[in-house]
Amino acid sequence: MTDTPILKVSGLSKNFGGVRALNQVSFDLQPGELLGVIGPNGSGKTTLVNLITRFVKPTAGEVFFKGDKISHLPPYKIVRLGIARTFQMVKPFYQLPAYKNMIIPLYSPRMRQLAGGRYGDRDAMALDLLEEVGFERDAFVAYKAAGALPQGYLKRLELAKAIALQPDLFILDELFSGLSLAEVAGMVPIIEKIRMAGKTIIMIEHRLKELFRIADRVIVMNYGEKIADGPAKAVMEDEAVKSAYLGTETD
Amino acid sequence: MKKRKERIDRGIKVRSSGIFALLSWREMLYLATPRILPVIICLVLPLLLDPYWQKVLLSVAVVALLAISWDILAQTGMVSLGQALFFGVGAYCSGVMNHYWGLNPLVSIPIASVLGGLICTLLLLPVLRLRGIYFSMVTLIIPLVLVRIVEATKIFGGTEGLSGMTPLPSKWVELYLIMAVLLMVLFGFRRMMDSDYGLVLKGINDNDRSVINAGINIYWFKAQSLFIAGVIGSFCGAFMTHVYMFVGMPVFALDYSILPIAAAVVGGPGTLAGATLGAFILVPMSEALRGFGGLRIVLYGAFLVVFIVALPEGIFHYIQRKYHQIERWVEVAK
Repeated sequence: MTDTPILKVSGLSKNFGGVRALNQVSFDLQPGELLGVIGPNGSGKTTLVNLITRFVKPTAGEVFFKGDKISHLPPYKIVRLGIARTFQMVKPFYQLPAYKNMIIPLYSPRMRQLAGGRYGDRDAMALDLLEEVGFERDAFVAYKAAGALPQGYLKRLELAKAIALQPDLFILDELFSGLSLAEVAGMVPIIEKIRMAGKTIIMIEHRLKELFRIADRVIVMNYGEKIADGPAKAVMEDEAVKSAYLGTETD
Repeated sequence: MKKRKERIDRGIKVRSSGIFALLSWREMLYLATPRILPVIICLVLPLLLDPYWQKVLLSVAVVALLAISWDILAQTGMVSLGQALFFGVGAYCSGVMNHYWGLNPLVSIPIASVLGGLICTLLLLPVLRLRGIYFSMVTLIIPLVLVRIVEATKIFGGTEGLSGMTPLPSKWVELYLIMAVLLMVLFGFRRMMDSDYGLVLKGINDNDRSVINAGINIYWFKAQSLFIAGVIGSFCGAFMTHVYMFVGMPVFALDYSILPIAAAVVGGPGTLAGATLGAFILVPMSEALRGFGGLRIVLYGAFLVVFIVALPEGIFHYIQRKYHQIERWVEVAK
């Protein structure tokens, strides 16, 4: 067992003008871990994801993936190394059938690398992947226009797009937000299945109950800083976390 | 016997997706007509027209090609206001090769198309990162700058331009060359935009973050789209150089930027066929209005406004919808 963390974030900071959105955030992530990132609105969770995947350029700090520095690479190269993320706001091709939405990740150079220079039958792969995330094949859900699908399916589509890239690290940005309890209950087994396959996952969530059930470790963010890091139970008993979520008592 | 109406396309669509499963000649005809009709029109039209309208047909085809080139760029998320750049660069490339080196037009036109495409791509490479109106502004400015460079440095004949180009062998070669290219570009690139590759291009327009997130370098794909559009536009310029037997500063005129956009918008953007249809309507209309003298532009503008207000989706989308809604009578089983 090597001790090289799959992801190492050190001193990551971001200023938007005069606002410090993220301040000196550092953490390690071991292979196979499921890390939850929680925190109040505006605490810098999505900024953290954007910095790791470099959709936003960090002001300071470094990110290492499997021991290699990635914080200087353009985002598409980071994806090719094996980090896939989902977006909080799903924005599919509304007029196209759901399975055609899978074509873009399946067209990725990463797919060609993994398949040894060949792409294969993208439509068939798309249908298989969508079945995996719960698009019922018998009901032909994957053939429906994305615009006609409910939010639950669109989030699944977003997850399927990430799975299609066969990454080693998944970063799921508020995958459960806007979903009903039943829809979340349907999603949890999919995430557990990804985990069983030995993949590492970072989940940004507001749905604490569901997150704590599956997360190994939780990081709590507040005002752009990491205020707690540890197993879910220990973190929630932390005084700093309580005050961030519930506010401090004033004398 | 009771009868009811049924849409023709429904059965075909339900039975298959992608592969056509046809049950009758009628269904075959239904599918083939919209594809064969434009081919027949493009091939027969040159034979039917008088010499004046044959010349008009040349500019119709050129505007159609420029509009297709604009549409490909627009579908990739780059709204260009400078098709004149492509046209002008192609025109000068072919003109220079013919004037100074005496290359046969049938050789210089293809070389100029590719070379022009490359030059345009290189010129716009630094601004690929710009989006929306910022990209548009740059494409608008570059042809204007190039005109001034030609004027100030007196390069390639300066304000006089280069004249005495070798014309194409005959007017039939002219007509059928441009018609063949138009049909190939129209059908070929329509197919391309429907393919998975085209889907990636459209994805850049729709949601570029999600395309980046697939590990795809969007700037590389944008450059490819720019090159394709540049080659089409440069071909038009190179072709017209040998039709007019002249190349000069007017090749960067604003007309070549504005007319294709009008054609694509009136015809229906996003289909390429719409852009072609728009050119086939707007250019002849502009010619037909010549009799009105000074009022020509007023009437032309009024027509444009009417088209856009009445059919904001574009003529092609309207026709396509109506065509899909064609119904036939079928017997109802008791």
